[in-house]
Amino acid sequence: MNRINKVFEHKKNEKIMSLFITAGYPDVTETVDLVLGFERNGADIIELGIPFSDPLADGPTIQYSSNIAISKGITIQGIFDMVVDIRKESEIPIVLMGYINPMLRFGLDNFFTAAAKAGVDGLIVPDLPLDEGGMIDELARANGIQLIYLIAPNTSDERMQLSDQKSDGFVYCVSVTGVTGAREGSEVQQSVDKFIQRSKANITKNPLMVGFGIKNFDDAQNISKEVDGFIVGSALIETIRTSYPSEQWKEVVFDFVHQLKFGYSRN
Amino acid sequence: MPVITKTSYSEPNQKGYFGAYGGKFVPETLIPALNELERAYKEASEDPEFEKEYLYLLREYVGRPTELSFANRLTEYYGKAKIYLKREDLCHTGAHKINNAIGQILLALRMGKKRIIAETGAGQHGVATATACAKFGVQCVVYMGEEDMVRQKLNVDRMRLMGAEVRGVSSGSKTLKDATNEAIRDWVTNVEDTFYIIGSVVGPHPYPMMVRNFHRIIGDETKRQLMEMEGRLPDYLIACVGGGSNAMGIFYPFINDDVHIIGIEAGGLGVDSGQTAATLTKGRPGVLHGSMSYLLHDQEGQIELAHSISAGLDYPGIGPEHAYLHDTKRVEYRAVTDAQALEAVSLLSRMEGIIPALETAHAFAWLEELMPTTTSDEIVVLNCSGRGDKDMETISKYL
Ligand SMILES: Cc1ncc(COP(=O)(O)O)c(C=O)c1O
Repeated sequence: MNRINKVFEHKKNEKIMSLFITAGYPDVTETVDLVLGFERNGADIIELGIPFSDPLADGPTIQYSSNIAISKGITIQGIFDMVVDIRKESEIPIVLMGYINPMLRFGLDNFFTAAAKAGVDGLIVPDLPLDEGGMIDELARANGIQLIYLIAPNTSDERMQLSDQKSDGFVYCVSVTGVTGAREGSEVQQSVDKFIQRSKANITKNPLMVGFGIKNFDDAQNISKEVDGFIVGSALIETIRTSYPSEQWKEVVFDFVHQLKFGYSRN
Repeated sequence: MPVITKTSYSEPNQKGYFGAYGGKFVPETLIPALNELERAYKEASEDPEFEKEYLYLLREYVGRPTELSFANRLTEYYGKAKIYLKREDLCHTGAHKINNAIGQILLALRMGKKRIIAETGAGQHGVATATACAKFGVQCVVYMGEEDMVRQKLNVDRMRLMGAEVRGVSSGSKTLKDATNEAIRDWVTNVEDTFYIIGSVVGPHPYPMMVRNFHRIIGDETKRQLMEMEGRLPDYLIACVGGGSNAMGIFYPFINDDVHIIGIEAGGLGVDSGQTAATLTKGRPGVLHGSMSYLLHDQEGQIELAHSISAGLDYPGIGPEHAYLHDTKRVEYRAVTDAQALEAVSLLSRMEGIIPALETAHAFAWLEELMPTTTSDEIVVLNCSGRGDKDMETISKYL
């Protein structure tokens, strides 16, 4: 069974935590170690961001981490190599998340073959909606890479059902209309309940993960109470940004991860 | 040599593709907005009342039709084909951009949108949008790269005077590309009540088609005017190409005709200098700002910074329809450098008493190459897309 499906299968009684980290941030030499540490501290799924110069669905935090990673010389081949290194020690599901242009430039055929070979499980492409997904659907299937589509509060019932059909692994519920980034709790909670109810009614084949704007344990629990789990990105990267490169930075980051999942410090 | 299309041209297709280019490469959140826009635009274009109001405003407010002026001294100077200028510089606000801004604001009002956003490079689209918003009393936010705010300061002041909020963008190259990113992020966030007036034939479907259609009046008028004056079609059409809206506007009505069409890109310091905005000449297919087209990007697919002395052409992408017309060889695309454009500014100013925008000057600069190959019984029409007042500060440095 695919690693993603297995996680949802085996952890029915807890909220699945997926963590997004920009590959190559804060440095290309840190990504593997960070991912392994995230797993030790409660992460169930890793979303590895492929940095892009013009991330138009992202807020300032991920724009910043992407720019740093690019300036440190991140490459797609380098990201596949990181996945290979992670796979030497871990079976945590890895979902790549990136904009379509770098993948096109790498060559879609090569991209999917290399991703599968490295041990990637899934793929999210924020600027490739269902309407354009045809260009990768077949390649993904042929290489055993699960495609995960996003749904937003303004997505119609009909499109939600189509996203469910076309997705594998899980469906990604974008909790607010907007770009990525941590938000105030009340802002996220407003009207999210109704959206989640509608998503649950329409997404029947796949698990549901909710993300965008979650910054701590309470946010995560509140927003995911009706779904299978939650996704945190900007708040994690923000924690790295404020602690790196102090001596204890990784401990601070891993403790943040532990608290996100369990609600208490690891010490 | 011109390729005559035998069948009639009907791009884009239902999915918004011009051949392999175009499409809707946007986050899911924008899909409902694009679908709503597509429906509203289709309804509006079938509604005679909408067209009536659009044409009324273009006549009474913008000052259309613009003249097709015979450039007698420039013609004498080259001593070859007759040169006519389509005078978009005479439009209210000083460039063609207002044709599209008027079209889109009418659509926005029809859709009940309360807030308008736009991106701008040279500031001409920002000014056109601010103007349309003032005219209709609608809230207006314009995103502009901080570098462009310096080199087009006059236009920043004009927008603010008309009540628009100009938001400086400090990310990336601080130019048009980055302003467009920010405008899209604003739109994703405020999609319910906000209408995004895109300033060129770029972006996701239906924008490239819709913006072209709001500008085709340039070509339609040109055809009629030249018929009246010369009783025939031109042999050559020339326009500068940034995103490509003034060019599509004048080219489109001639696509099925036996006319040699040339689009001029900004070569910057030279197409091989690494400091260029010549997207079709140096770029490769890729996806930016919602559509598949030619693009300047590196081995890793990261977008490269464009360079042009002209803020309105300083963009690493180009409209998808131009990518299609390039691949099918229906239109010839060439590039001229910053220096050639500056020379053209001074030549046109002395010869015709018209100070062109730096963008427009790129089209004029190509006359140096083209004119010697023409004959005196031929006709060249050049789209004079805008006037140069906004560029005086830049131009003065080279006087
Ligand atoms: C006068 C003028 N011409 C041309 C352009 C380039 O845009 P487009 O290629 O869409 O006509 C601009 C853009 O700002 C402009 O101001």
